Amino acid sequence: MTTNMLIAGFGGQGILFSGKFLAYEGLLEEKSVSWLPSYGPEMRGGTANCSVIISDTPVGSPIVSTPDILIAMNMPSLDKYENETVAGGKVFVDSALIDRKLQRTDVEAYYIPATKLANDEGLTGLANMIMLGYVIAKTGIIPFENVDRALLKVVPASKQHLIESNKKALELGYNYAE
Amino acid sequence: MSEKVLMKGNEALAEAAIMAGCRHYLGYPITPQTEIAAYMAKRMPKVGGTFLQAESEIAAINMVIGVSAAGKRAMTSSSSPGISLKGEGLSYLAGCDLPAFVVNVQRGGPGLGGIQPSQSDYFQATKGTSHGDYHMLVLAPDSVQEMVSMTFKGFDLADKYRMTVMLLADGTMGQMMEPVSLDMGEVKEYDKPWAVTGTKCEREHNVVNSLFLKPEQLEVKNFERFEKYNYIEENEVMYEEYLMDDADICIVAFGIAARVSKTAIDMARAKGIKVGMIRPITLWPFPKKALRAAADKVKSFISVEMSMGQMIEDVRLATECTKPVLLCNRVGGMIMTPDEVLAKIEEAQKTGGNN
Repeated sequence: MTTNMLIAGFGGQGILFSGKFLAYEGLLEEKSVSWLPSYGPEMRGGTANCSVIISDTPVGSPIVSTPDILIAMNMPSLDKYENETVAGGKVFVDSALIDRKLQRTDVEAYYIPATKLANDEGLTGLANMIMLGYVIAKTGIIPFENVDRALLKVVPASKQHLIESNKKALELGYNYAE
Repeated sequence: MSEKVLMKGNEALAEAAIMAGCRHYLGYPITPQTEIAAYMAKRMPKVGGTFLQAESEIAAINMVIGVSAAGKRAMTSSSSPGISLKGEGLSYLAGCDLPAFVVNVQRGGPGLGGIQPSQSDYFQATKGTSHGDYHMLVLAPDSVQEMVSMTFKGFDLADKYRMTVMLLADGTMGQMMEPVSLDMGEVKEYDKPWAVTGTKCEREHNVVNSLFLKPEQLEVKNFERFEKYNYIEENEVMYEEYLMDDADICIVAFGIAARVSKTAIDMARAKGIKVGMIRPITLWPFPKKALRAAADKVKSFISVEMSMGQMIEDVRLATECTKPVLLCNRVGGMIMTPDEVLAKIEEAQKTGGNN
């Protein structure tokens, strides 16, 4: 089984970080993983995206052009990638920043006002992790029980005090799914 | 230490260079390889090494000549336009028979081009970096793990043969993260009796030089160098075969194009098409014998590359034009999709490679 994910939004939302978190957890689960960021001028203030692949078999192309799971954290990202998502795929939308529904009917749509929840709960800047908690709940892409160990790996040593808030954000998103 | 860590290709490569005993990094920033310099700037002072951001690419490669002449492992890295600037120094390294490790994380060209991945420096790396009769050993990794293993091996080959080893990557290889093991084993040390290390009044002066005004002497130098190159062509070719046993169609691809091709091959196999791949890991020396042998078995070849068709010439030469060779390419920073490669495989299947 191979899951191709595309996480897209604007620079500063922690798009690349959330992708790295997922990839690291996949690695700790002893899966094959790859993480590939956009690195063009657009990452300096425009759209940012990253491809994450988690697979039971060696990863071939690390480039995700047709995602099984799309996470859209702003409107341009949804506009750009909605039609690229595979039929039967899952599309996650930050409904606090995207005020339209999906046009496609052959994919599963999930809406969570991640940015609003982050602001309301004093977790400003952690909409990415709220979204991920929700994605984990809806897809089972990685086991939620193990998020701690991946956080330890991806949060730099100098910023370990942020693990708690990241964990809180993940739980908020995870519980939102119920 | 067998635990795998998730690292960017550029950073993993830099760590591998340090593990290979490199203590001198001389560079100049350019996207998409700046992480190499950034990593070296952080790490080198901690291991007693030198990180130096030169005033230009040209200065950096000339510093590499100096460090190497003194018998130390040195490296520089850049991306396509920066490698062009280093051309003169690379020729001098060859003329002086000095070891060096040079990384090119390719981007689209010509000119300043763009900053997205490309493989259009194939000719430059394998044939025409700059003036004079010489080769560099060219390594083309297709994963972050190989970025590491080829860097480690590259330093060894450079010392072993007293020549430049170029690691030819691309923006994708540099920027992507994959699980990687940094367990590399022992560094082999080489005696360097030729190095300019000070005589201590105990021996004759060593001279490292590429100027030979007597043509008889310069000719001999060239002959000797090409004896070495012949030996390397016999002994250092590296390639990977993927599903070639029963293949009717043989893809030839390196680096990121090989990764995309692997996915396309799996898709084609699921449709019952017998396709495999020979992936050159050394671009020079090119795996000529493996391709010539494959030409007796397969019906056609497809060269998958992110250039207007550079490696395809070597595929045709290696196979002596005995079988058709199709080209599947994207350029300018665009990367072919598995679907595009699959379409070319299906075309080869339908036409036998004859358009």
